[in-house]
Amino acid sequence: MKIINEMRLEVESRSVNESFARVTVSAFAAQLDPTVEELSDIKTAVSEAVTNCIVHAYPNVMGKIYIYAAILTDNTVRVRVRDRGCGIANVAQAMEPLFTTLAGERAGLGFAVMESFMDSVKVRSRVGRGTAVTLEKKVSGKTDG
Amino acid sequence: MPVKINTNSGKTIAYLSGEIDHHNAWPLREAIDNELRRLRPGTLRMDFGGVSFMDSSGVGLVMGRYKTLSAYGGRLELMNVPAQIYKVMKLSGIEKIAKIYRKDVNKGEDNQ
Repeated sequence: MKIINEMRLEVESRSVNESFARVTVSAFAAQLDPTVEELSDIKTAVSEAVTNCIVHAYPNVMGKIYIYAAILTDNTVRVRVRDRGCGIANVAQAMEPLFTTLAGERAGLGFAVMESFMDSVKVRSRVGRGTAVTLEKKVSGKTDG
Repeated sequence: MPVKINTNSGKTIAYLSGEIDHHNAWPLREAIDNELRRLRPGTLRMDFGGVSFMDSSGVGLVMGRYKTLSAYGGRLELMNVPAQIYKVMKLSGIEKIAKIYRKDVNKGEDNQ
C-alpha cells in the first residue's frame, strides 16, 4: 500500500500533551472522512499509546514522544507512537489486559483498548532504548466511489 | 473544575464534564473522594452526560471510586454514558460492579 500523506509530531512527555496528540492525529485522520465512531476509536487508541509513554516510558523524567501518522491508498490510517524511554522487558505480558506495573489507579487496559479499537497493534521495544507502537485502522469512510 | 458534586439524602451525584484522560483524572478523583469521605453516601452516581472523551484512565477513576464505596457498602451508578465511553467501559468489565445507563438509550433518564 502506498502512502498518500504523512505527518510528524514531536512533543514532550507532559501529560497535558495527551489531548494535544490525540486531537492532532484525529484531525489528520479526518481527511479520510471516517465515521464519528472510527474517529473516536483512533483518538482513544492514540491517547492510550501516548499516555503509556508518559506514565511508563519516562516515569520520572521528561522525554520526547515521536508521533508519526500516515494515510495509505486503501483508506488505512497508520499511527506510530515512539519513545526513547525505559523500554518493555516482556511485551507479551505488558499487553495482557489488566496487567499493570503501576499501583494506584491505572486500569491496565491501555493495550487492550488499542487492540480492540484498531485493526492491528504492533509493539517493538528494547529495554533502555525505547518502544514503538504502530497502530493501523482501515477507515470505511465515505469514499467518492 | 470539570465536575459538579452534590449530595442529597444519602445520594451523591457527580456531574462530570470535558475530557477524562490521565492528565485530568486526578482532580476529579480528589473532588469525588473528598465528598465520599466526608458524607459516606449510600449511592454515588457518576453522570457522564457532559463528557466528550474518555480513555482507560476513566476506567481507573470508576474502579477507584468503586473501591472507596464498597469498603463501606456503598453503591455505584454510571449515568448518561455516551457511546464512545460505553465502548471503553465494556472492555473493562465495569458492568459487573456498577449499573450503567447509556446516554440516549435508556428512557426516563436525563439525556440532555
